[in-house]
Amino acid sequence: MADVYNKAGFDFSNHVRNSFLQSKGVPFPKATSTGTTIVGCLFKDGIVLGADTRATEGPIVADKNCEKIHYITDNIRCCGAGTAADTEFTTALISSNMELHALNSGRKPRVVTAMTMLKQYLFRHQGAIGAALVLGGVDSTGAHLFTVAPHGSTDKLPYVTMGSGSLAAMAVFESQWRKDLDRESAINLVSAAISAGIFNDLGSGSNVDVCVITAEGTTMLRNHVTPNERGAKEKRYKFRLGTTAWTKESVRKFVVDESVTQISVPAGGEAMDIS
Amino acid sequence: MDHFPGTHWGKPRNDNIDAYGTYPLHAHQPRTDAFADGVQRTQQPVVTGASVLALKYKDGIMMAADNLASYGSLARFKDIQRASGDMADFQQLKHILDTLLIEQFVQDDGHKFGPTEIYEYLSRLMYGRRSKMDPLWNSLLVGGFKDGKSFLGYVDLLGTTYSAPTLRNWVWRYIAQPLLRKSVEGREDTLTEEEAVKILEGCMKVLFYRDARSLNKYQIAAVTEKGIWISDSRSVETEWAFAEGIRGYGAQTQ
Amino acid sequence: MSPISQPTSVAFNPYAENGGTILAIAGLDFAVVAGDTRQSEGYSIQTRYAPKVFRLTDKATLAVNGFAADGNIFVKTVKQRLEWYRHAHAKDMPLRAIARLIQTMLYAKRFFPYYVYNILGGIEEDGSGAVYSFDPVGSYEREACRAAGAASSLIQPFLDNQIYFKNQVAVSGTSHPKHLPILDVLSLVTDSFTSATERHIEVGDGLEIYVIVASGRSLTELSSIAGIEEVTGSASATDRVFVIRRELKKD
Repeated sequence: MADVYNKAGFDFSNHVRNSFLQSKGVPFPKATSTGTTIVGCLFKDGIVLGADTRATEGPIVADKNCEKIHYITDNIRCCGAGTAADTEFTTALISSNMELHALNSGRKPRVVTAMTMLKQYLFRHQGAIGAALVLGGVDSTGAHLFTVAPHGSTDKLPYVTMGSGSLAAMAVFESQWRKDLDRESAINLVSAAISAGIFNDLGSGSNVDVCVITAEGTTMLRNHVTPNERGAKEKRYKFRLGTTAWTKESVRKFVVDESVTQISVPAGGEAMDIS
Repeated sequence: MDHFPGTHWGKPRNDNIDAYGTYPLHAHQPRTDAFADGVQRTQQPVVTGASVLALKYKDGIMMAADNLASYGSLARFKDIQRASGDMADFQQLKHILDTLLIEQFVQDDGHKFGPTEIYEYLSRLMYGRRSKMDPLWNSLLVGGFKDGKSFLGYVDLLGTTYSAPTLRNWVWRYIAQPLLRKSVEGREDTLTEEEAVKILEGCMKVLFYRDARSLNKYQIAAVTEKGIWISDSRSVETEWAFAEGIRGYGAQTQ
Repeated sequence: MSPISQPTSVAFNPYAENGGTILAIAGLDFAVVAGDTRQSEGYSIQTRYAPKVFRLTDKATLAVNGFAADGNIFVKTVKQRLEWYRHAHAKDMPLRAIARLIQTMLYAKRFFPYYVYNILGGIEEDGSGAVYSFDPVGSYEREACRAAGAASSLIQPFLDNQIYFKNQVAVSGTSHPKHLPILDVLSLVTDSFTSATERHIEVGDGLEIYVIVASGRSLTELSSIAGIEEVTGSASATDRVFVIRRELKKD
């Protein structure tokens, strides 16, 4: 039975039933997980965020060109790794709350605000929301870069990585990152870090998305590098008309013909029906 | 008297044909000694050793390993092995290999083990032990140079084998392998010794930064036509200045 | 709710899953056996080049997929048995006999199996192309085509449709061809692997296609293929073996 009123937040009413069924061996659907490489680094004028574009369901590629850099506010973006739905809904929720917060306070939103909202939200759910995030942005206090882990802990560092390709990407940062990089070298470094994930981690793949945030504004470089274009197929797989077998044929016309007959209205208007 | 009820498929034992209850034979377990219950096989590593990096270059192969829990390298003739994993298993492995090499030396028949032979032997040994459910808990890198050809191979506790221009074991694969691949793949035949050392130095620095179980003290070894060369312990220059500006993990500013 | 769980020790697992995919297609007087060259464990690539297809004789190639250590040892053992046969009988073992040998070798380890899917492809004594597929404990069957390994569930339905013409109605008054021309088969193999690389994370890096051609068949079509290399063992062989290598995506 549904509650008389709907409480805010998640609905746990099926939890007892589901854990019972699971203990009896009923298989449950697996969420799409973005085995991922996401990174961010500070540079001279702000932040560069990067992400690969592969989404997986177990060993199967679910989406070859998904977007993992999510919008929070005009000056803040957030890369998501982990359960795809969790990263999408969490960032959308925080984005919405950030907008309300900005309207309410009449100020430009700050990165720490988004970070605090995210960590408190994730901590409240004790890791049940599988979102591992890289949050970056520029506000009145400068450029800030954080990671937020699924249980709600945060890190503040000049260069960060997350996801299954995080070690591969971090190796690139550790060997090449320097303080006060210029815009172009920062973009190249982030691309190299993501590429390390794409080519060495099976959970990551396809293209490199990059997002540059400075005090002047935000530039989203969708598919900045595309090192994995699919080549042409050798054969053509067009099926001849009539290839599919059928048992019954019925032809229906989808176009409906209508004819409209104009009925003339008597002078002085029609009398009201009062029967 | 039926000593083994339940193993006769319901048929009562016949004293006339089986006076001593010796049938069926499978009911008689092989005898074990009093310590049988105390015998354990390696199910998880106890004392573990460090990891190893290896790459192919123009003149041969080069390896690097840090000196933490280091139990040295095993160098014989023109090849070299480094291993990580369980210390006791590694020493046993070393003993087996020493025995083999002494045997070969004594035979003095003009045949000498090259790196490929050692590698084949070790992979069979490792696979044989895993098949007995009694693995040697190590992963081994075998590198060598013989007859103008360099060789680099990997084998682990499951007997899984493979060769590649760059190799590493345990967690280092996640960190160092991407760097090694990027700088070595496709250049194995042109990399000079200086470049190879530089690549390994770069990797060791990153590993020291990011692997909690590594040490900024390591050795590099090379196997070429000229033989084996192992460096003295060395360390890389590290940079921690960026940490100065970091305050806290979140909203803190002081 | 669940009772208090007891501490359990994690027993040694003698198996691993090393990814990759193999496939074989039999033609009228040829057979094609192919496999990718990636070897992986979990989310990491162990090597970009570990062959999974092996030439056994001049009329037989074997593709192995599953646990790499088992696969390599199994191939070595099969090769050894074939060499013994050659010494005993002064000829190569016929394909159908190799298939039966593989069955008994697999079933011999019924209770500690080789965790390997085998596909044997080659030329029978009657000169026809043949493919034999095996499960890890030795059940086998002669077929026209088979895919095995990580992406088998992606490739097999495609082959069923393109080789067996499943779910395809022929033009009335005609029937589907029983065997496809060799170049069509090779295109299907390449497309199978490039597509599996797109959608399966464990497939990629490189592709090795072995082509075994029966004696007497014209080789003009094959000579047009870029980078094809002959790997026939003996000079007196009548059946011939070729290998075609292609790059696959590395992400």
